[in-house]
Amino acid sequence: MATMTTTYSTRGADPATAPAFLAPLDHLRSGLPGAALSWVRDLREQGRERFAAVGLPTVRNESWRYTNLRDLGKLTFQPAVTADSDACFDVLPTVRPEGHGPRLVFVDGRFRAELSSTEGLPAGVELLSLATALTDHGDLVGDHIGRLAAADDRPLVALNSAYLADGPVLRIPRGVALAQPIELVFVSVGAEGRATSFHPRTLIVAEAGSRAVVVEHHVGCGTGTTLANHVAEIFVGEGATLHHYKAQREGGAAFHLSHTAATVAKDGCYDNFILTLGGRLSRNEVVSTLAGTDARTHVSGGYMVRGNQHADTTTLIDHAQPNGTSREVYKGVIDDTARAVFQGKIIVRPQAQKTDGHQLNRALLLSDTAEIDAKPELEIHADDVKCSHGCTAGELDDNALFYLRARGIDQETARGLLIGAFLAEAMEEIAEEPIREAFHSLVAGWLEEKR
Amino acid sequence: MIEIKNLHAKVDGKDILKGVDLTIRPGEVHAIMGPNGAGKSTLSYVLAGRDGYEVTKGSVTYYGKDLLALEPEERAAAGVFLAFQYPVEIPGVANTTFLKTALNAIRKHRGEKELDAMQFLKLLREKTKALGMSDEMLKRAVNVGFSGGEKKRNETLQMAVLEPKFAVLDETDSGLDIDALKIVAEGVNALRSPERSMLVITHYQRLLDYIVPDHVHVLAAGRIVKSGGKELALELEKNGYRDFGVNEAA
Ligand SMILES: Nc1ncnc2c1ncn2[C@@H]1O[C@H](COP(=O)(O)OP(=O)(O)OP(=O)(O)O)[C@@H](O)[C@H]1O
Ligand SMILES: [Mg+2]
Repeated sequence: MATMTTTYSTRGADPATAPAFLAPLDHLRSGLPGAALSWVRDLREQGRERFAAVGLPTVRNESWRYTNLRDLGKLTFQPAVTADSDACFDVLPTVRPEGHGPRLVFVDGRFRAELSSTEGLPAGVELLSLATALTDHGDLVGDHIGRLAAADDRPLVALNSAYLADGPVLRIPRGVALAQPIELVFVSVGAEGRATSFHPRTLIVAEAGSRAVVVEHHVGCGTGTTLANHVAEIFVGEGATLHHYKAQREGGAAFHLSHTAATVAKDGCYDNFILTLGGRLSRNEVVSTLAGTDARTHVSGGYMVRGNQHADTTTLIDHAQPNGTSREVYKGVIDDTARAVFQGKIIVRPQAQKTDGHQLNRALLLSDTAEIDAKPELEIHADDVKCSHGCTAGELDDNALFYLRARGIDQETARGLLIGAFLAEAMEEIAEEPIREAFHSLVAGWLEEKR
Repeated sequence: MIEIKNLHAKVDGKDILKGVDLTIRPGEVHAIMGPNGAGKSTLSYVLAGRDGYEVTKGSVTYYGKDLLALEPEERAAAGVFLAFQYPVEIPGVANTTFLKTALNAIRKHRGEKELDAMQFLKLLREKTKALGMSDEMLKRAVNVGFSGGEKKRNETLQMAVLEPKFAVLDETDSGLDIDALKIVAEGVNALRSPERSMLVITHYQRLLDYIVPDHVHVLAAGRIVKSGGKELALELEKNGYRDFGVNEAA
């Protein structure tokens, strides 16, 4: 790959923020895994150049209009120190009550082999860290990484590429159905008194006819400021089904930025659900492209924020081929002075006839100072399609609240019942029951915390 | 014993109750009748503690306690129950979950042991059967998609499960078919006991054939303008509210 010189537009971006984010790279670069592979060096270099030219996105960038990274830009982040210090957690989160099963654990973005396990995986399934893959399986990752997550108009993807080093890699071979979920655990620890950043890259390749459930947990401990800048690239093969669930509940000093790009081949299904509870500022971008005919995607989730949290959900569903189905159900609960953003775009390309697209975002505002900015967008270039979208914002129903209280249910429990009921419509989108249950308990825990 | 004294209440800045006096002893059933807009539901909401109903004068003493100082849930725990004229629909909350949460909240408050899922279901089945309700209605969200009559039965079911000490039934009979009226009335009568009092708000003397009251009152323009025995209801049925200085056209 030749290095090209390109001039980038810096509209809606602030190049002045770039040096602080890139400086630590200079003494890191030679130590990063895969330095021997030219495509890895190129990817990093292009990412670095790109980010250096544009820096963090600003609110003048249409896609970042409602999420201001100013506070992030003021911090000086240092890369995570090699994470073999004793971590501050006792029990890692899991959706498996028995606790055993395949999982990869990353602490401050670095793979922790001693906490991870690939036990019980069928033969041929590859589950390993990117750092290892870059050393031993250069071909597997080389064919996929950088193909979906384009850095051109996404500065944070560029930044992630600049630091490309570690993250989970999963390949499910043709026709294999995994009986148990695979868990990916990301722990943000950081360090006292300084801001720590890490840039994990996730790669999932679900080959034709395979089936898998992947559950991501993002948790935090410690009080240091962290920036987790995730990028995930997901390939769903012909007739394959991938259920991809994520629960983000990092601490109040965590910045969580995430870009997930998925492509779905003919008859394939990519099912994504994100539950956002934590973080000071979070942004979940999900781009799902129906690249084959009769493909399906579900992109749903729930966000629950309070205090001065900020949660941004930005989705793009790209119907590129005929007969595709997409379904998007988001529910948000916003309290105190917290703020949530929902930007949902559906594109139906000219050839994507018989597309069926459905999008819904409903927000529940629990205080007068809570805020939701919602921007649904349909861009339809085909004529024989069925597309609908709906966005609402409302408050708890006073009549319902009084009815419950008049039956002896105390105010907080009554509010909890109503909030739970409000979220139910989104939670029901979680097709896998044990995971739905586990996510329900996270929601219940969130409601408990308030008391 | 419930003592309502010179009760004045405002809604949205408008005076609705203008000096209600009413004493209900344990075991008694009182009926309140009165024209539309007289303030009957307002009285029931004030007793249940609904927000936005501002008591400007007077008092309500409930077994020696200042009822008006309690939160709605504390009143319910103390045994006050309001069967709503317009039961509220709560999408997403299953009727069973709602009833179980309510019953256990009240039991906890009374210092009784909470019921587990099995014990609760057993109790609920009994009560449901007695009221001729289907199990299917229990699984559904509270009142959502219920017919008018089903909502009223559901109110009666809640009362049967929670076993209140003082029940206010606000037009529980309206919207019920003839058979349902009997079933609901039987449900109410089954709860009658020397310790339990009831305030039955209705427009129809017919209900009072089934639930025979000890006293009947006429509430008009925010005041009790006449009280009597059960024969007062018959008289009202015949003559309407003309005799009480109420302009029915208003
Ligand atoms: N939120 C409100 N704002 C203003 N006026 C109100 C409000 N709620 C009730 N009222 C008025 O208070 C009066 C009494 O209403 P209430 O519902 O207590 O009557 P009611 O006796 O129960 O009548 P009905 O027999 O029709 O049920 C009515 O004139 C009604 O319009
Ligand atoms: Mg009324």
